[in-house]
Amino acid sequence: MPLLHVDALSRSFQSTRALVNTSLTIAAGKIVALMGANGAGKSTLVKILSGVLPADSGVITLNGRTYAPRSPAEAAAAGVVTVHQSTGLVGAAGLTVADTLLLTRFCQRGQPFFVSRSSVNRQAQAILDIAGFDLPLDRDFADLTAADRQLVAIARALANRADLLILDEPTASLSIAESQRLFDILKRLRDGGLAILYISHRTADLQAIADRVLVMRGGTVAGAFERPIDFDAAIETMIGRKLQSARPGIRAPEGPPVFEMRDARLLPGSLPFDLTVHTGEVVAITGVLGAGKSRLLSAIFGNGRLAAGEMYLDGRRHWPKTPAEAIAAGVAMAAEDRHRSSLMPADWPGSSLAATISLPHLSKWYPRGLLFGGRERREAEQAIDRLRIKASGPLAPITSLSGGNQQKVVLARWEAEPSRLLLLDEPFQGVDVGARHDIIQAIRSRSDRATLIATSDPEEAYEVADRILIIDHHSLAAAPGAARGGLSEEIHA
Amino acid sequence: MTSTIDEAAPVQRNANRVGWLADLGTALRSGAVFILLAALLFGFSAAEPAFANLGNLMSILQAVAVVAILGAGVTVTLAVGGFDLSIGAIAASSVMAASYAMIVWGLGAIATVPLVLAFGALIGLVNAFLIVRLKVPDLLATLSIMFLLSGLQLIPTAGRSISAGLILPDGTTATGAYDPAFLLIGRTSLAGIVPVSVVLMALVAIALFVLTERTRIGRLLFATGGNEVATRLAGASTARLKMLAYVISGTLASLGGIVIAARVGRGDVSSGGSLLMDAVAAALIGFAVLGKRRPNVLGTIVGAVFIGVLLNGLTMLNAPYYTQDFVKGAVLVGALALTYGTVRSPSP
Repeated sequence: MPLLHVDALSRSFQSTRALVNTSLTIAAGKIVALMGANGAGKSTLVKILSGVLPADSGVITLNGRTYAPRSPAEAAAAGVVTVHQSTGLVGAAGLTVADTLLLTRFCQRGQPFFVSRSSVNRQAQAILDIAGFDLPLDRDFADLTAADRQLVAIARALANRADLLILDEPTASLSIAESQRLFDILKRLRDGGLAILYISHRTADLQAIADRVLVMRGGTVAGAFERPIDFDAAIETMIGRKLQSARPGIRAPEGPPVFEMRDARLLPGSLPFDLTVHTGEVVAITGVLGAGKSRLLSAIFGNGRLAAGEMYLDGRRHWPKTPAEAIAAGVAMAAEDRHRSSLMPADWPGSSLAATISLPHLSKWYPRGLLFGGRERREAEQAIDRLRIKASGPLAPITSLSGGNQQKVVLARWEAEPSRLLLLDEPFQGVDVGARHDIIQAIRSRSDRATLIATSDPEEAYEVADRILIIDHHSLAAAPGAARGGLSEEIHA
Repeated sequence: MTSTIDEAAPVQRNANRVGWLADLGTALRSGAVFILLAALLFGFSAAEPAFANLGNLMSILQAVAVVAILGAGVTVTLAVGGFDLSIGAIAASSVMAASYAMIVWGLGAIATVPLVLAFGALIGLVNAFLIVRLKVPDLLATLSIMFLLSGLQLIPTAGRSISAGLILPDGTTATGAYDPAFLLIGRTSLAGIVPVSVVLMALVAIALFVLTERTRIGRLLFATGGNEVATRLAGASTARLKMLAYVISGTLASLGGIVIAARVGRGDVSSGGSLLMDAVAAALIGFAVLGKRRPNVLGTIVGAVFIGVLLNGLTMLNAPYYTQDFVKGAVLVGALALTYGTVRSPSP
């Protein structure tokens, strides 16, 4: 008998039907991967299963009993626990790992009013024993790596006997080694009888651990794939069209270099390196989290400084003190984490699609200062056509767009005016395969500028770039060719 | 299969009905302040016919002019994600500064007005320096400036109020007097109907509405408050934008002080006591106007007028003066509940 059985589940938001008669089963002791483009209904399904949202109709059975949680606490009590993507919210600076593990327990009634360090550590150790891995109990939560925070969240979720663990994009900010460690832990938990529902955009992850893949499309489960899993077929089901290679021919660098770095050091102690980017070239820089990718791009964009070295743009010395100076010199950057770095909050002036595109160009587009004339609306309409952005129009609130479309808008912002060097930091964060394909095509279609992309996913780097550089310990260690074999040796060695 | 369709159909209808109700709810929320304002005007006119005559309506506007002008400044600082607690103290110091300039220094209106406005702008610059350069949190920086100003205004006169014939700390007697031209700002009406202070309020309202809602600078001011990192990465100088906001706020506060001085005709040490709270309340009530949920100049003006109408009407109906703050507080609580407490449909 399956652990969880979902039958004809539906949920609408006003006129949008997010889930349409979705049915699925999950057996105990299996890792089931849930794939789907943005807006396919994954989050809605997860929210219903974890008690955040009620369903409009449909029946869920858990362990043979009807399951309709009205809150995450009820879901957890029934044995369904969820670990969300943003693990920074699991604890807080000033709390130790042990405190964080016991945080939910501190919130319960009937706990002793006074707590001692030793009893906290004893209880926390007991929680880790259940989860089956070790963490430094006395370490401050703020000092943990993203990977360890993830494990804290998982251990805490499993503290009270859980049957189903839901993981939302757990490897989004993990390095390859850290992901591998997480996979080992998840496999051990699975062998202990836990069912895991694993949501991810990364096929590499799913290849590594999924026993079964469910593909969602248009609010329903469009396909189920058992081991051995045919991922090409799964991705085709997910995006609803044939997968063609996103990769056109690699272009050899030609013409004079657009941008050069000489003897650059990102940190006072790091190794110096050189970097040259040519016109029409797309160069990807890949490396683990914290290797210095964002620091490198920020220095070029004037949002930070090099510790030492020289930069040249079109042969002239480039040393911007602010992003404004960098933009004036012809450098554009779409920074990491679009919500933090590019978008306005909902309902705030400037949160429409058109205003998101126009923000850096206001003084150029409206030299008189008054926002009349509809220039930003026209530019937005062009961008919607060119990048195939799915939106109700140029005035659509940016928050109403799916992640992939938001990212397209951010790209459109920096393509709206010509630039010499475009910097993209993690441009595929939370972007589904279909939108990623469009973005890659858009990036590669331009030959009038150079593009430098930072990504922690080597697969993404391979898909988009003419040339791949690897950054490690704040230095460009090696510059192998972009050939796939060479790449995997470089990365996975 | 049939059963699922049968189940799905009523759900769809339900969803539509809920959607329709939600739309009506949104419309009611957006217009709530206007609906209430109309109800107040209607109710007070019915209860007290004298309420509705033009003279009384103008006196309401005159009473709220200073609060509306200061509130517009608060709105701009709220737009950049800041908060200016010093506006009440700036207005009060401006009353003293204007009186001192005319009575002690013997300056005329033409010199006094720009001088006092420059004083307000200067305080705005000091606020901006503390907040932008020294990175003092906005509430703390402007709170300390408020403290400093309310003490500073007492020093030149050794704590005395300023009126003609003031005896200075060094024993001499001041010889100047209020310039009659200056008093016109507070005491005359254009065409005998519209008080000059109301005209000033309208000009400030229009200028700031256009600035915040229809210009590039306004977009960038709001962008700074909405997402400072994104605004800086888009190439704007958020430091300069914040500075602009505090300078606008300080200048408007001193304009408010000029209007008070011109109305009162002397420099009282205790003037402007409740200005800060009233202006902030107007700006916050403004969040609820048209369902904006954000600082907006139109809302601030409507918020100030709303409180003015309510207080004037209640006074006419013989409500005791000491209930005024309670009424203002209750309106503010209601407006904030309307702004923040309403259920939002979760996004898909």
